[in-house]
Amino acid sequence: MPLIALVRKEVIPVPRKISMRIDGEMISATDDQSILQAARANGKYMPALCYMEGLSPVGACRLCTVEVSGVNRLLPACTTPAADRMSVTTNSPKLQQYRKIALELLFVERNHICAVCVSNGHCELQNLAIEHGVTSVRYPYSYPKLPVDVSHPRFVLDHNRCVLCTRCVRVCAEVEGAHVWDVASRGTNSLIVCELDRPWGESTGCTNCGKCVQVCPTGALAEKGRAVEEMVKREEPILQLVSRRGAMS
Amino acid sequence: MARKLVINPVTRIEGHAKITIHLDDNGNVSGTNFHVTQVRGFEKFTEGRPYYEMPSITARICGICPVSHLLASVKACDAVMAVRIPETAVMLRELMHFGQIVQSHALSFFHLSAPDILLGMDSDPAHRNIIGLLEEFPELAKDGIALRKFGQQVIERLAGERIHPSWIVPGGVNSPLAPDMRDKILSELPIAKAIARRTLKHFKSIVEEFPEEIEHFGNYPSMYAGLVDAGGRLQLYDGILRFRDAEGNLVTDVERPRDYLKYIGEAALPTSYLKAPYYRPGGYPQGLYRVGPLARLNVADRCGTPEADAELEGYRHRFGRVVQSTFLFHYARLIETLYALERMETLLKDEAILDTHIRATAGVNALEGVGIAEAPRGVLIHHYKVEEKGAIRWANLIIATGHNNLAINKSIEAASRHFVDGNRLKEGMLNRVAAVLRAYDPCLSCSTHAQGIVPVRIELVGPDGAILDTLQSADAGD
Repeated sequence: MPLIALVRKEVIPVPRKISMRIDGEMISATDDQSILQAARANGKYMPALCYMEGLSPVGACRLCTVEVSGVNRLLPACTTPAADRMSVTTNSPKLQQYRKIALELLFVERNHICAVCVSNGHCELQNLAIEHGVTSVRYPYSYPKLPVDVSHPRFVLDHNRCVLCTRCVRVCAEVEGAHVWDVASRGTNSLIVCELDRPWGESTGCTNCGKCVQVCPTGALAEKGRAVEEMVKREEPILQLVSRRGAMS
Repeated sequence: MARKLVINPVTRIEGHAKITIHLDDNGNVSGTNFHVTQVRGFEKFTEGRPYYEMPSITARICGICPVSHLLASVKACDAVMAVRIPETAVMLRELMHFGQIVQSHALSFFHLSAPDILLGMDSDPAHRNIIGLLEEFPELAKDGIALRKFGQQVIERLAGERIHPSWIVPGGVNSPLAPDMRDKILSELPIAKAIARRTLKHFKSIVEEFPEEIEHFGNYPSMYAGLVDAGGRLQLYDGILRFRDAEGNLVTDVERPRDYLKYIGEAALPTSYLKAPYYRPGGYPQGLYRVGPLARLNVADRCGTPEADAELEGYRHRFGRVVQSTFLFHYARLIETLYALERMETLLKDEAILDTHIRATAGVNALEGVGIAEAPRGVLIHHYKVEEKGAIRWANLIIATGHNNLAINKSIEAASRHFVDGNRLKEGMLNRVAAVLRAYDPCLSCSTHAQGIVPVRIELVGPDGAILDTLQSADAGD
């Protein structure tokens, strides 16, 4: 909700109840929910990587893409509002194929070496790959030469393992309110940067809260000193925090 | 006409290697080369990584002895953190190391070298492997498989996985030993020890049948290096790096790991990707020294465990205080297996091994760290320099087989001169040359070995490049 709306004391509309179909099953939702939120609220599983409850959706990873009847293109469920009488397909062979492609492209874009990763066994990207049967990658790896930022006393940022989901950017700006992280450059050159691209250890805004580390789905952001497989992320406290102060949208 | 013989690839070793034998106009051996044909690049591509990731990355150097790399690496990391790790963590690391020594020595002796020793150097190469061994000597082959399994299971019981365990971490280990796991390992130990004793007995009964191999498998005086404790006893996890000469005199004790560079230099060879370390005060290539089981037993005064010491006495009684023959690496390897099992038992019977204080934590407190451990194949050195936030700036690794590079070259040349006759080439001759290499149990890559599948191909090549003669195993061409 834009700040100006609150100043004008505009009346926030009460969410309207709607009915929609997900994979043929009729469910109830509200019109302020996205398809993803509506599905999850009704116990329907939908894969997602960049989406996180309580953070504004960005539709970056394309893993939650769904088919909506009457629409001749695929839509990300996290950014598409649910609508009355909408009929959504979440798991067709076509969607499975596209999700697999999306995952493979994530793997070839950076240097994901699970065996020596601090998040091995606790990684959302790895889990999604297993779930979607990505046992090999059909595209050439790009092997970019990327740095590791070890300048922070407690945390490490390894761009090699980053999938540019921007959860760190959003949790820092929207929950912690520090807005230390941003995305620099465009396309495949995009890189998460600290403030105006300075070493994390030299940040003046970072509160050392570690929220970015805990919401990072891979080993890109990790606690310093964690050996291989030891980085287990704890999202729960952040979700709790978000639910207590009200979700951002 | 000068000719060249090439053994490529050499089978039943860990990794990829090629041997070239040069023949003169009369068909006599004029020189040899041992080539390691792969480049790995670990020292370079780890630059910039956080130091605490080094154990898991460098463990990937080897699938047979990842535990050795883990240990040398975490010891270097401990030095970077400048911590003294808890006693129990030392015991647990040692325990896992003994499991690894047992499984690796079992692999080397039973799976890779026993086919030569028991089936005969000249036997049919298609049959000269662990499968052939299972047919001819089923009990011994099963013993070998059981012993290797025991060693691997020790690793699994401690870490939950057998290869590349993530359990050994800078500062200690990441979970304590469960009492039921200790009991399980203890209950299986007697069987493993019985196998070690049986195999030693068997080997001692047949060792006299190999006078030619003992005499000509690189039987020459050299220096030896290995870890010992302050009392001169054999050590595999930590200790003083001792150099002893061919007469048994103490040459140097390297007490602080970080001083290793004063004593060890590395020469780059034009014929191999493997560098050749040498004893620096001795110069290159006179500073040749050997590492591994033979060297360790030459360097140590005694093992420090009753059964292994009794065996060591018998071994020295037969072959002298300083044993020079490369063929006797096998004998030394079997004594060490027994030693590892005995040490394992001592550790497991100590209640302190169940203690749950197993890890020290710290950040970067020193900008440089060196870790030295004994891999099954010999001294293993990891040396890291880090910048103050913990990123690796520079790394130097000296692997056991590297130390033996000069010695392997020399042994291959000696064996080739004795066994190879270019005028009447036989497969068995070249197998003896390959068997010299196997005695060192070289570990040339990270891969577990596809033994018996890769064919031996030997080509006689004329100076004009024309292939004059070829000998190959039945399944060659894969």
